[in-house]
This record gives sequence, structure tokens and C-alpha cells, in this order.
Amino acid sequence: MSEAAMPAQTVPAVASWNRVRPSRRIADRALKITCVLFTGLGVFVLGWILLLLLFRGITALNLSTFTAVTPGPGTAGGGLANAMVGSIVLTFLGIAIATPIGILAGTYLAEYSRGSKLAALIRFINDVLLSAPSILIGLFVYTFAVAPFGTYSGWAGSIALAIIAAPVIVRTTEDMLRLVPGGLREAAAALGAPTSRVVTLVTWRAARSGIVTGLVLATARIAGETAPLLFTAFNNNFWFNPSLSGGVSNLPVTIYQFALSPYSNWQELAWAGAFLITITILGLSVFARLIIRKDASK
Amino acid sequence: MTSTAEAVRLAGPVPVADAQPAGDTRLRPDQIRIAVKNLDFHYGDFHGLKNINLDFADRQVTALIGPSGCGKSTLLRTFNRIYSLYPEQRATGEILLDGRNILAPNTDVNELRSRVGMVFQKPTPFPMSIYDNVAFGIRLHEKAGRAEIEQRVEEALRKAALWTEVKDKLRQSGMGLSGGQQQRMCIARTIAQRPEVILLDEPTSALDPISTGKVEELVDQLRNEFTIVIVTHNMQQAARISQKTAFMYLGEVVEFGPTNQIFMNPTKKQTHDYVTGRFG
Repeated sequence: MSEAAMPAQTVPAVASWNRVRPSRRIADRALKITCVLFTGLGVFVLGWILLLLLFRGITALNLSTFTAVTPGPGTAGGGLANAMVGSIVLTFLGIAIATPIGILAGTYLAEYSRGSKLAALIRFINDVLLSAPSILIGLFVYTFAVAPFGTYSGWAGSIALAIIAAPVIVRTTEDMLRLVPGGLREAAAALGAPTSRVVTLVTWRAARSGIVTGLVLATARIAGETAPLLFTAFNNNFWFNPSLSGGVSNLPVTIYQFALSPYSNWQELAWAGAFLITITILGLSVFARLIIRKDASK
Repeated sequence: MTSTAEAVRLAGPVPVADAQPAGDTRLRPDQIRIAVKNLDFHYGDFHGLKNINLDFADRQVTALIGPSGCGKSTLLRTFNRIYSLYPEQRATGEILLDGRNILAPNTDVNELRSRVGMVFQKPTPFPMSIYDNVAFGIRLHEKAGRAEIEQRVEEALRKAALWTEVKDKLRQSGMGLSGGQQQRMCIARTIAQRPEVILLDEPTSALDPISTGKVEELVDQLRNEFTIVIVTHNMQQAARISQKTAFMYLGEVVEFGPTNQIFMNPTKKQTHDYVTGRFG
């Protein structure tokens, strides 16, 4: 188009800078300020909790926290050694039970159940389980793993934790496998690989870091669970029986009981325990992010 | 980019039937490897292919061309039954591979797919080393020793014209290669398991012109050993690398014949309109 063909008079001499009504500008500004304020409120509360925990937790920490067992009522001093080791054992066992169930069920949903009604039902139930109150899971395990034997046990605690962790792992495994491009499955199948080989050699491998991240996040999820342990592993002030047949002391229930107690050394230990658990969960979450980042940079 | 004539020169003389050495048990060029008879294909309720009858000759490149949605990829995907991954898709009729109907329910699809390899539109490197990518098919189907696998991987990478570029980094991830290299690695992976037929589904549509040229030269060389069927949107590409061309439209084969004839002297008006760019 030539310049002469452009009708010059359609271009206004002075462009208007008042096209947006002032009320719109004010509304825009108001929404932005509100968003920032409420974000600040959320971050403030979180920061308050963390800082208070950091301060009270670190001042309560000392060497005996890591070496001495939890003290009895009215006993001075004491530590959290038995509760820490107990928590590690319960969490590890819980994840060990939940991992095969979670990964295989997630694999079924993502790789084998193409459009089936059963899969839709399983997915729904899994989502319900994912948000089920954890105290219910503790009570449920109590009815078959504690009541019939007449004693709390570490096994019952691990099973309860596994029931909480499994749906998390099912969900992340399925989600991560669904992110694997369908073309990769077709390419493996086109080389003559049966579904079992496509899954184990290609799609699991492609989704590996996502699945591991899911395991780490599930670990973080159950490491701080209190309610499911109240009715199963319960708690005590001793080193646990290596067969895990009796109650197993653990951090979350110790924190719960000690924080409510009238003894100041118990309250201090509760702060120390809360600090340790928070740091652990924070560490696990950071670790999970690192796995994802390392994978993304590959 | 190489012209067809030059590519033929690079590939050496095309073996003619009489020149086949004694003891070569392969089909002679021009003999029929795949015969499609009365093939119909359905995606759920959609009738994707309608009564297809086509023959594919050994050691030739046959191109399937036609506008988007005409069924050319669908047809290609019946030859290794890859469509059967999706329960809503079904094919009826007959596809004879060396005389045996591969649509018969008793066909072992995994064995079929080891004989009929496929390369896809987008490169599909597996998340493993270049070496493991290429060895994937061999390890699936054969109990080959380490030395044999090594030798087969090298042979496949040489045939795929990738060996000199990757021979010093075979243990590195296949995902780290460029798009064109990934696609040639996928071709190497396919030929490593020594198929008889290679299906190429728009293998260069995701590649730059230089990589496209390399893949085209490669296809022209592979024709000396394999039956090749290629789906392409690019008519110049079909003209450059194929000996036979089938023009498809709305799920039917409109015209099938020697590539020269389809492009220079088509008998149907629809074919003429398509190859001259009037629609499509």
C-alpha cells in the first residue's frame, strides 16, 4: 500500500490517553493491594510459626536431646533419642510397605486401565483416602492390628502410616507416568516390546525422578503424622523392643503428650522435637525440589 | 539437498532382478512384500479407510501422499498393528506380509513389529544412552552376546549415517542429541533389529532442511535392503525419494503408480489437482 493511499484525516491529531476510566484504574490498584496484603498475612503467620519454632527449638536443644531417652514424669533432664529413632523406624517401615503398593497401583491406573470404569472408581476412592482424616485411619488399624492382640505395636503404627502414604504415591506415580509422552510408548511398542517391557524399560525410567519425588514427599507427609500413631504405636519412655511388638516411642506423639504436660523439661523437649521434625520435613521438601530441578536441567 | 538422481548415484546402482547373486534368499526387487486386500479401518464410529487395495514391492520406497486426514498415516499404522494399542481402533480385511495375514487374531504382534519397524514424526529417544537406545530392539528379541550387540549397534549407526558423530559418546544420553541426530538414532534403532519393512511416518516434518536432506539420502540407501513405506506431506520429498506413490483422499486410494507417472502424468483429475497444488 502506498503512503498516498492512506487517508490521513482518520488519524487523530492528539492521541487520547483517557481511554481507561479512572474507576477502572482504582479497581485495578485496589485488587492488587488486596492481593499483596493477604499474601503478606499468610507469609507473616508462617514466618511467625517458623521463627518461634526456631528460637524455642534451638534454645531447647542440647547434647542430651540426642543421647538420653525421654524422661518419666517428675524426672529431670532427659532427651528424645528413643523417640527420634522410633520415628525413623516407623516412617521407614511405613514407606517400605506403601512404596510397592503405591507404585504398582499408580502404574495400573496410568498404563493398563485405559478408559475402564474400575480405574475411575479406584481413582475416586484413592482421592477420598488422600483426604481422609488421619485419626480415622489410626482407629481403623486399631481394630485389626491392636485390639485383637491387646497391645500397641510398631507394626500397627507402620501400617497406619503406610495407609496414609500409599494414596500419595499412587497419585504422584500416575500423574508422572501420564506426563510421559504417548509417542515414547508407541515407539517402544513399535520395536516389539510387550506392555510389561514398555513400562519397566521406558515409561518408568522416563518418569523416574517424578516418582522418586513422590516417595520423598510421601515420607515428608507421614514423618509428622500424630493421629494415626495415637491408637497404634502409641508412645512410651523407653527404647522400643526390636521386634516392634510393643509400643514404639516416636516424636509426634511425644510432642503431643509433652507439650500438654505441666513439667517444664517436658515442654522444652516438645519444642526441641517440633523443631527437629520441622527441619526434617523442610529438608525432605527441599531435597524433592532438587531432584526435580536436576532432572529439568538434564 | 540432494536430487533424486544424485542420491541414486550415491546409493550405487539399483540391483536389478537378474543381477541378484546366487544364494541371496531375499525377495527380488519389485516382488510383492505387503499386499493389502479390502482393508477397512474404523476409529470408533468413524470410517477411516475404505476398501484399500494396494501392493508394496520389496526394496522400493513407496510414498503415501494426500491432504491431512486422508488416512495415509492410518494405513501406515496398520502394517505393524500399532493401532491395536487403542481398543477403539479396528481394522478388517487382509494385509498379507509375505503371504501371511497379519490381521489374523493369532498374529504375535511383537514378532510382527520386530519384522516391521517404524519411525515416527517426532524423534522418540528413550531416556537412556545412545548405545542402549540402539540396542533396545536387539535385546528385546534376541539372546545376543555383548560382542554381537556391540557390532550390531555400530553397523546400525553406520547405516543410519550417525556413527562418526556419536562414536565417542555412545554412553551419553540419547536425549542430548539434536533433533536430526535423534531421528537418525531412531532409524538406527529400527534397523538394528534387522526388520524386513520400515515404515516412516512423516520422518522429516520436525527437522530442519539439512537434517531432512540427510534422512532422505539415508532412505534412498536403505532401499537396497528394506521395503520402505513413507508417509509425507511434502510432495517434493515423495518425488525425490520414492519409486511408487499412492495418492489418498478421504480414506480411499485415488491413484497408485510409479512416482514419475503420478507427478508428471496422473490419470485422475483429483491427483492432478493435488500434485499441482490446487488443493490440499
